[in-house]
Amino acid sequence: MAASPTDLSAAFVMTPVPAADWLVVLPPAWCLLAGAVLLMLRKSLRLQALIALPALAVLVVIDGLLLAHVAVNGPVTMVMGRWLPPFGIAFTADLTGVLFALAGAVVAFAGGMHALADIDASGRRYGFYPFLLLLMAGVSGAFLTGDVFNLYVWFEVLLISSFGLITLGSEPRQIDGAIKYAFLNLVATTLFLVTTGYLYGIFGTLNMADIASKAAAGRAELPLMTLATLYLLAFGMKAAAFPVNFWLPASYHTPNIVVSALFAGLLTKVGIYALLRTLVMLFPVEREELSFLIALAGVATMILGALGALGQSDIRRLLGYVVISGIGVMLAGLSLGSPGGIGGAIFYALHSMVVMTALYMAAGLAGRLAGSFDLNRLGGLYTRSALFSALSLVLFFAASGLPPFSGFWPKVMVAKAAIDIGAWWLTAAVFLTGFLTTIALGRVFALAYWRPATQSLPAQTISASALLPLAGLTVLTVVFGLFPEALLSFVQHAEQGLSNPDAYIGSVFPGGK
Amino acid sequence: MEFPFVLLIGLFFAAAVYLMLSKFLVRVLLGVVLLGNGVNLLLFTNGRILRDVPPIIPDGHDVPATLTANPLPQALILTAIVISFSFFAFLLVLVYRAYQDLGTDNGNEMRLAEPEDDPLPPTGY
Amino acid sequence: MNTLIFRTVAPFLTALMALFSIFVLLRGHNEPGGGFIGGLIAVSALAIFGIANGISAVRRALWFHPMAISAFGLFIACLAGLMSAAFGVPFMTGLWVYPVVLGVEIPLSSVMLFDIGVYLVVVGAITSIALALEAGDDT
Repeated sequence: MAASPTDLSAAFVMTPVPAADWLVVLPPAWCLLAGAVLLMLRKSLRLQALIALPALAVLVVIDGLLLAHVAVNGPVTMVMGRWLPPFGIAFTADLTGVLFALAGAVVAFAGGMHALADIDASGRRYGFYPFLLLLMAGVSGAFLTGDVFNLYVWFEVLLISSFGLITLGSEPRQIDGAIKYAFLNLVATTLFLVTTGYLYGIFGTLNMADIASKAAAGRAELPLMTLATLYLLAFGMKAAAFPVNFWLPASYHTPNIVVSALFAGLLTKVGIYALLRTLVMLFPVEREELSFLIALAGVATMILGALGALGQSDIRRLLGYVVISGIGVMLAGLSLGSPGGIGGAIFYALHSMVVMTALYMAAGLAGRLAGSFDLNRLGGLYTRSALFSALSLVLFFAASGLPPFSGFWPKVMVAKAAIDIGAWWLTAAVFLTGFLTTIALGRVFALAYWRPATQSLPAQTISASALLPLAGLTVLTVVFGLFPEALLSFVQHAEQGLSNPDAYIGSVFPGGK
Repeated sequence: MEFPFVLLIGLFFAAAVYLMLSKFLVRVLLGVVLLGNGVNLLLFTNGRILRDVPPIIPDGHDVPATLTANPLPQALILTAIVISFSFFAFLLVLVYRAYQDLGTDNGNEMRLAEPEDDPLPPTGY
Repeated sequence: MNTLIFRTVAPFLTALMALFSIFVLLRGHNEPGGGFIGGLIAVSALAIFGIANGISAVRRALWFHPMAISAFGLFIACLAGLMSAAFGVPFMTGLWVYPVVLGVEIPLSSVMLFDIGVYLVVVGAITSIALALEAGDDT
């Protein structure tokens, strides 16, 4: 600290940054830029979608290129403003973060396209597309940052955009849901900030790579258990894990259905990602100590989520409980900590992003075709559109974890990893959840799709722009269910990168520490 | 030097939790504001409290000439203040709208999104 | 509140405070000040103007919608960061030019551009919140 003759020569070396490294900061920067342009053009409704959809497509391409770059070259780091780490804010993309970011971008593009038919002019005037782009800035930033405080900032960026999205339209129901969503999420992020404050007090640094190496070195005397437990609580609340999940079923069914779809695909998974990043990469020993607690929370989350889904008559609320039960499977994988467990959690999170978004879209279309979201009144959807019913059935099976769809493999990975350490009850819970979810969603199909219409249906048709993203996401789950090898190898490498962060640390501190 | 701050943070948190347990949204909002301030104080205290000069590097130097106060917690707190301020503004408008549209600021009476008499799903085909 | 004296003084006070806010913004690079605090001063100037002359007068005086102002600020702040891509340095690295105008060397930088962006974001966002709270509608 004092005026010792520090060697500063490294700070003055000017090596040009390769253009490929720019891919690391580009996803959030691009979204912010596009969001700002859309916000300026709020009044011209026609331009909104015309700019937003290509912008989201470019985001998918950027994330895809970044994935290719990271898969070949390992983790990539860029430090803001050439302030050398650990002092500057580092953006570090490793395989886990990029996989999440790419899945998020795909989901956002599908959501933006689905919104063409579903968000009316007033929704666009209140800024659906700008908020969507800013939400994606927050989501991509959270997945790619390598700095804990910066992660908090991106959490807040996505939170404030989600506030804008959830109140879109300002119906009384939405305001009711938004209040519960806003207050409880704010408490969760504040808890995150509290923990980050302690983390800074303990380590004197906020750079994740720096923390990972310092935690490994000084585990014996540092109070890391406190940090791990607080992070578990804060991010568990964001991810809607039992017993802090009650904000989700209270709010996710209130906004416009596209917004619900995006939230179900993106927001809880950011919480899961943050749990993986902190508990697996930064505090693996503490995670091991907490594993029984995490496993209990995971079992409670998945079983209660599935039971909640059984007890709902509104299909949107039913899907909210299905989201929660999926979170339970990811927590179970996290609690195991073995390659199969963590890999299963990552795989399940990617699967859940795609499938839950598509399920909410399907629910929205079902509600529009049948004029109601109530299982007591829905019916006759199969006679209206056989193609739509087939897509929905595939999604129902995928969400229940039946083969040959993408939900099957991660569940097998988690179940296998649980059996390997003798935790038969965890395996049983995973299978029981799959069984209960199959009943809940099978009943939706039997009642809403197969049962003859109980009343005359409104004359509604499905537009191509609404069906196309749904079909695209469904094809993704089928492809990754039938040919999981490629994704599986990515997930295994991502898991290795998390459990053994040497490459991550090496990318932030290229010269070694 | 840290000890009085620790006590103060505890008081802030206690008051915030007490207020947030209320069923009236305005009190919950005040609790959230107090919580935000408590966290800012916590960040400040975690950066170590030093009675030193401001962290400004004099002309012609590459590093500070003497021991200086830690500038980073101030940057963190400034960020946190801006964020909590914008959330406070949003929540204030939201609670006000809720009071206008739902006619109540009592959280227990807000059952529009989760109606108490929601029917069970049909048990037969 | 709405006295003759206040209404007479308010425009001058607003102009003075707006000028002061720009001064604070520009001195922010090396001395206390900057975009955030400058923006807050500009917002209080607009608030004084609004209290004296009403909300519609503020909207007219701003010309652009406050949200568009803050979006423009976000846009140029982002651009200021992305400019460094052309020079092979990481995101948000400060870039400087020293043009000489009328015999005076004026240091200009991407950092200043970023700060101006922050200024506009703060002015736009907080003005729109203040106007929404004052008017009771949610624009």
